[in-house]
Amino acid sequence: MKSFEYARPETEAEAVEFLGTNAGQTVVLAGGTDLVSLMKAELVTPSRVVDLKRIPSLREVTRIDGGVQIGSLATLSDLAQHPLLGGYRSLFDVIDGVRAIQIQGSGTIGGDLCHLPNCWYFRGGYGLLAMDKGVSLPEVGDNRYHAILGNSGPAKFVNASRFAPALIAWGAKVRVISKVDGQKSLSHNSQSSTPNLHEEWLPLEYFYISPKTNAQGNTVLKPGQLISHVWLPDAGNMTSATYEVLQTEGLDWPLASAGVCVDVEGGLVRQARIVMGHVAPTPWLANDAARLLIGQSLNDDTAGMVADAAVSQATPLSMNDYKVQLARTAVKRALLKSVGKLEM
Amino acid sequence: MAERKVGWEPQGQHTLVGKEIQRLDGPVKASGQAKYANDTNPPGTLFAKLLTSPHAHAKLVMLNLDKAKAVKGVKAVIAMAEVGQEVRYEGWPIVAIAAERPEYAEDGLRAIEIKFEVLSHFVDEADLKGAEAADVTDAGEKVKLTKSLGTQKKGDVETALKEAKHVHKGFYGVNTITHMCLEPHGSHAAWDGDKLNVALSTQNVSGTAGQYVKPLGIDEASVSIKCDFIGGGFGSKFAVDEWDVACAKLAKETGKPVRLLLNRATEMQIAGNRPSAFAEVTVACDAEGKITAWDSHHWGTNGPKGGTVALTVTPYVFDPPNRTRTATGIITNCGPDRAWRAPNHPQACAYSQTAIDDLAAKAGMDSLSFFQKNLSLTNVPHIYGPELEIAAKLMDWKTKWHPRGQGGGNGPVKRGIGLALHTWGGGPHQSNVTIKVHPDGSVEVMMGSQDIGTGTRTCIAQVAADTFGLPLNAVKVSIGSNKFPKAGPSGGSTTIGGVTGPTRRTAQQALWKICDLAAAKYNVDGTSLSAKDGKLWSGDKEVCTWKQAASLVGPMALELQGGPVTEDEKLTDKQVGGVQMAEVAVDTETGVVRMVKMVAVQDIGLIVNRLLARSQVYGALIMGIAYSLVEERIMDNKTGRFINANLVDYKLPRIGDIGDLVVEFYEPEDQYKRGVIGLGEPPVIAPGAAISNAVANAIGVRVPVLPLTPKRVLDALKGARV
Repeated sequence: MKSFEYARPETEAEAVEFLGTNAGQTVVLAGGTDLVSLMKAELVTPSRVVDLKRIPSLREVTRIDGGVQIGSLATLSDLAQHPLLGGYRSLFDVIDGVRAIQIQGSGTIGGDLCHLPNCWYFRGGYGLLAMDKGVSLPEVGDNRYHAILGNSGPAKFVNASRFAPALIAWGAKVRVISKVDGQKSLSHNSQSSTPNLHEEWLPLEYFYISPKTNAQGNTVLKPGQLISHVWLPDAGNMTSATYEVLQTEGLDWPLASAGVCVDVEGGLVRQARIVMGHVAPTPWLANDAARLLIGQSLNDDTAGMVADAAVSQATPLSMNDYKVQLARTAVKRALLKSVGKLEM
Repeated sequence: MAERKVGWEPQGQHTLVGKEIQRLDGPVKASGQAKYANDTNPPGTLFAKLLTSPHAHAKLVMLNLDKAKAVKGVKAVIAMAEVGQEVRYEGWPIVAIAAERPEYAEDGLRAIEIKFEVLSHFVDEADLKGAEAADVTDAGEKVKLTKSLGTQKKGDVETALKEAKHVHKGFYGVNTITHMCLEPHGSHAAWDGDKLNVALSTQNVSGTAGQYVKPLGIDEASVSIKCDFIGGGFGSKFAVDEWDVACAKLAKETGKPVRLLLNRATEMQIAGNRPSAFAEVTVACDAEGKITAWDSHHWGTNGPKGGTVALTVTPYVFDPPNRTRTATGIITNCGPDRAWRAPNHPQACAYSQTAIDDLAAKAGMDSLSFFQKNLSLTNVPHIYGPELEIAAKLMDWKTKWHPRGQGGGNGPVKRGIGLALHTWGGGPHQSNVTIKVHPDGSVEVMMGSQDIGTGTRTCIAQVAADTFGLPLNAVKVSIGSNKFPKAGPSGGSTTIGGVTGPTRRTAQQALWKICDLAAAKYNVDGTSLSAKDGKLWSGDKEVCTWKQAASLVGPMALELQGGPVTEDEKLTDKQVGGVQMAEVAVDTETGVVRMVKMVAVQDIGLIVNRLLARSQVYGALIMGIAYSLVEERIMDNKTGRFINANLVDYKLPRIGDIGDLVVEFYEPEDQYKRGVIGLGEPPVIAPGAAISNAVANAIGVRVPVLPLTPKRVLDALKGARV
């Protein structure tokens, strides 16, 4: 690990001040479950690490604006125990799937959302796009864990976030903060409640990008920005579930996953949102497939039909055809689970 | 007058031997007080790190260490490779740096100026045709990557195949796995004048000092090896490695102690692995289900040497009258292999007994009946026979058996059962012992041995205390130093017999001397005396306490040395069988295989410690489940790198993946009378075939290559549908 400066802000404003705006120079430290490994491997070599753990507002879970606001530093264990989150079953499915209590105890929701891809070429030092002398390594090499959707561009990795599918299905937004004069805003609806602090709310589904260059990263975050909070709308009548296909019962990355939310009234689906994870460089929204459910009753047959539709556009690489079946199964089982009809 | 004879008491008459006794060093291990080589870090120690090759095959064209030497905190830098030399796998050590802090050593590594000329590589161990066609040069010469390891023929396979009722042809395989010792390879070296003191993570306490002689120009008597505890070896830690020599050299050069332990990636890349094996098999049987012919060609890699599984264990356990076997080794730019728990056997079992199970399915027979029918082709049918009966009962085989893929149920999860047999030697290694009986009655046993999981300390203490009629805590056992009497390395399941045999004989001899002293003093017949409950007895009559008897040795301890066991002493034996049955639940929509239950029935002669013996089998089953379901080295053909050389992508099972483990020892009196036999290896052999057979039984399709990942299971199901 290379030497670095360590900063420990106590307010959000201090945090963005410390963060500066030099690309690649400064990183934020949340739970550290992945960042420390990346720094040891010298894949991330910051000159400054900004530790967010001493900022109380970043760990709070509060009811706000017709929903629940979760601090990005809330750990998985914090969330699992929080009374305000009882209605969001799909989040608990994710926390449960992590299995390892060490990660549940120190890993944070913000850290998960910003988790860099697990692509072994990226982790082996070939950059986010894993190009070697003009050749895409995932395309010609071992792509058993790579993308089956949205993989026609240079990015072949899969988004690593485990919460993103569930949160996007819930219509979650993220609060991105930066120094007032530090960055141009991500969109036009930005505001500022604290002097020095620029904040804006962004639907999570617009947070991720499939990069064209290594320097772009896999999110819209620019140097000097960080996610401070996640906001979820009230659960209302919606029920939800996440289904992750896990090879082992231990700490393991899902081979494919799906987060779903459905609103069923009188036995018929009124609304449905389906988001697949670990299948594409970004969480993959299956809106067209979800629409097929509207007005239907949710059962084995309809769930299977929708799952088929969700993966119908899949373009597997040379070794990951099997993931199409896994993604299909994840969607089908998440849907059935969300209405208590998954029998295994 | 009782005859004095070296040997064990009749079955059921030992007080400590054969009992369930917890590991004496369990508490210090569990509480972190046990000091491993990796924990050796006295003040003043320098930290060493290696620069290793990022390339699978390259020529070193430039190496300049000057800038590295000038880095703050760096105390010594030594080259482990020369300019002009070729490196033949990723992880090949090139430079070692010792520094005051680990970070300084890393700064030093970054300051090294180095250039490679990258050369072509080949790492696809399953691809025999690719290896034959590969265009790879070594030292400028084009090299052939395949090496014939021979063909052996017996009988007339061609005619037997013609006459057979059922013939099955299939492809099978087992990927390379690594040892994954939690404590990586490495050492702490400290010089004391001309003497070298090493804390080494080793399975070979008595045999490693001599390995420093040549590379360091030191005499063996000046080398002290210490290894009180080892965090996993599995066959990979017999040698003083080049990085251990580098560690000692760095210590010499700096005049300070140095510790050098491989990091996890390097550990996985270069510190040993189990060779892969892939096989094309033809196997046939007659109308009764008797195997009549076997014809196989297997290939695989053990790295740069170009070997694979030995011919001699093919087909595994069953030896049909007509048999042809061929093997081809592939030279790859992968790290070199090392002995892995039961070398050759797990792979051979996995590609043989899956093929035999497929033949049983083709013949429409219950796997158990089919295996039973062919026991006469094995070396120990009299052991497998009863073991199969016991295992079948514990698995409830009759109830659970169904023809392949016909287990019923509407859901996607299908259940199945399978079985496999194994065999192993496990005879004793050559070990010496010193036993001291002090005048105060305390007892010491010393051996230059080690504990790789056997429970060496505990078992030695049990045998000595049992022999002297003392409680376990009356005996102090010292192992883990080459200054103790020379003991064999812990490999081949040789340790338990190797250490308990000499301990038993020598303790008996010490007891007899003490009995003679007591006999003279108390005027009884020495040969009538026995030791029990801390006393000496003549028949039912108490003669004296152990302390009183021990005091008769005079002012200094009675000290006896004992050499290795001999066959005619009948303290130990070799050659075991062993039967395993697996039950799995396979999710046919995800390809995920879950273990439901495993049954292991094992013969091991006389059991020294029932608790530890069962633990050995649990460990073996878990390791077997690991390589059957999740564990594999993944080499990237494009980059030539071991791309999952970390503990996330190199998957290992957790407790939730293990299922119910049932261990039963087969121990009728005739087995007990054979004496002590090693156990470490045999139970790790059969899981691959047993689990693969259970999966085939569940889903109706053979998943040919281990581990049985979701990808392989779904690909096999898809292939069957096409």
